[in-house]
Amino acid sequence: MITAGIDMGTQSVKVAILKDGEILSSGFTFCGFKPKEAAEQAFKEALRKANLSFDNVEHVTATGAGADKAINFDSTISMMGADAQAGAYFFPSARTIIDVGAEEARAVSCDENGNMLNFVLNSRCAAGAGTFIEAMARALEVKLEELGPLSLKAEKASPINASCVIFAESDVVSLIHRQESKPEIARAIYDAMADRISSMVRRLGIKPHVALIGGVAKDVGFVTSLKRKLGTELLIPKEPVFGGSVGAALTAAKRIG
Amino acid sequence: MPGRDWKDADIITGGIDVGSVSSKAVIMTDSEVYSWGVLRTGSNSADSAKKVLDWTLEGTELKLNKIAYIVGTGYGRVNVPMANKAITEIACHAKGANYIWGPTVRTILDVGGQDVKAISCDETGRVTSFLMNDKCAAGTGRGMEVIADLLKIPIEEVGEVSLTVDEEPDPVSSTCVVFAKSEAVGLLYNGWSKERVLAAYMRAMAIRMCELVKKVGVKKDFVITGGQSRNIGIVTRIENILGVKRLPVTDWEETGLDPMAAGAIGAALFAKALYTKSLKRRDGNL
Repeated sequence: MITAGIDMGTQSVKVAILKDGEILSSGFTFCGFKPKEAAEQAFKEALRKANLSFDNVEHVTATGAGADKAINFDSTISMMGADAQAGAYFFPSARTIIDVGAEEARAVSCDENGNMLNFVLNSRCAAGAGTFIEAMARALEVKLEELGPLSLKAEKASPINASCVIFAESDVVSLIHRQESKPEIARAIYDAMADRISSMVRRLGIKPHVALIGGVAKDVGFVTSLKRKLGTELLIPKEPVFGGSVGAALTAAKRIG
Repeated sequence: MPGRDWKDADIITGGIDVGSVSSKAVIMTDSEVYSWGVLRTGSNSADSAKKVLDWTLEGTELKLNKIAYIVGTGYGRVNVPMANKAITEIACHAKGANYIWGPTVRTILDVGGQDVKAISCDETGRVTSFLMNDKCAAGTGRGMEVIADLLKIPIEEVGEVSLTVDEEPDPVSSTCVVFAKSEAVGLLYNGWSKERVLAAYMRAMAIRMCELVKKVGVKKDFVITGGQSRNIGIVTRIENILGVKRLPVTDWEETGLDPMAAGAIGAALFAKALYTKSLKRRDGNL
């Protein structure tokens, strides 16, 4: 049985193809303003890698903020539902799944079968999502992938006004003018964001084990700060960015099976 | 103001408002505006305070040591080295608005660089209640700058430009400036004109500000202070939403009664009151 999940994020489209519960392949494209074209491209990439044609796929489930803009899908699932499925698939012991994407952060509690029990989310403010890190890397004039490793060199954090991305940007500029060390500013950025995410997760309740998915889970600076703030270890799959699409593909399999 | 000689004054006081985006200084001779200045705030509050005061003194014969008492206010008020005292900008704005427009002012909307404040005051300019948003750039001057930058429209012109649309569009749906910016890019991509995108953003901003004003209560007379008081696009939309006209701003360039400097004016007035009080105390001890 071959199924596919397509995750239409605010910044990128992710596709995962599953065969009998095994991940066959994945595809990724930044979406810009052409979500349908991006979806097609990501889908083609995944099919090519798996050596399949579209006709081989029995059911496609779409998820993500732009799920309605996906192509060739048979059904949809909420982002929280997909998170729960993916979390339980990667880590059967996980009961709390945190998903941090470009413009949204969510936490979902689930049972051992990956059924969602409850959730909290932040989607109104960029200060609690990946966009915050991108903006801060730009302000610090550091490459996005270098910000995390840089923050690990800090001994302490320089305080910044991190309630808002726009205000934090001007704060970072002043800190640079004052010649504060870049690692310390970087550390402050991650601590501030981890603070927001951890207080959101606390509203839901931290039930171990805790898994982290979404693109931001790749960022070592954020992961380190979040572990410290939550006071718990985090289970992270190898390719966390495909979490949502894997969850959708699993849902697709359940819907036909 | 021109032609007045500081030497004739009994008491000379100063107010310095170090805001997050701009710093304002006002020098008053016996409660009359003598000189004032506005500068962009740099990364250091103390430097900005000194620069704006120097700028305000420049071209006058007045020297810093003739100023009897200085009150600092604004976001950077604790870092004004030459100030004798720091007072919150909320109190100063109410005092300043009362001075600029008179005792009928009851509601003040102050839109600064990094915060929005709705203030209620009595006929003496004393604050009776207030609400403030300083956690989020939505509806602040800084947020306006981000959108103006994106659309490549000079910040001084955004108000006029936003009013050139034939029909007011629906407001942008995102509160967050970062998300509103992405939304604006999307609208441009979908063929919206710059003017229409700007109008949609300003509409959303005005709605947000009005929510704050409604919470403290819209009591006449209503005035707008801070940098955004010069943004006619915002002012017009606020007036439409609230159904109340603000008191007009008249030839501030001549009189120095600049709504953007309301906080600094209030600070200079507090400075005079505090100085007078200290004199009385001293005389009383004689």
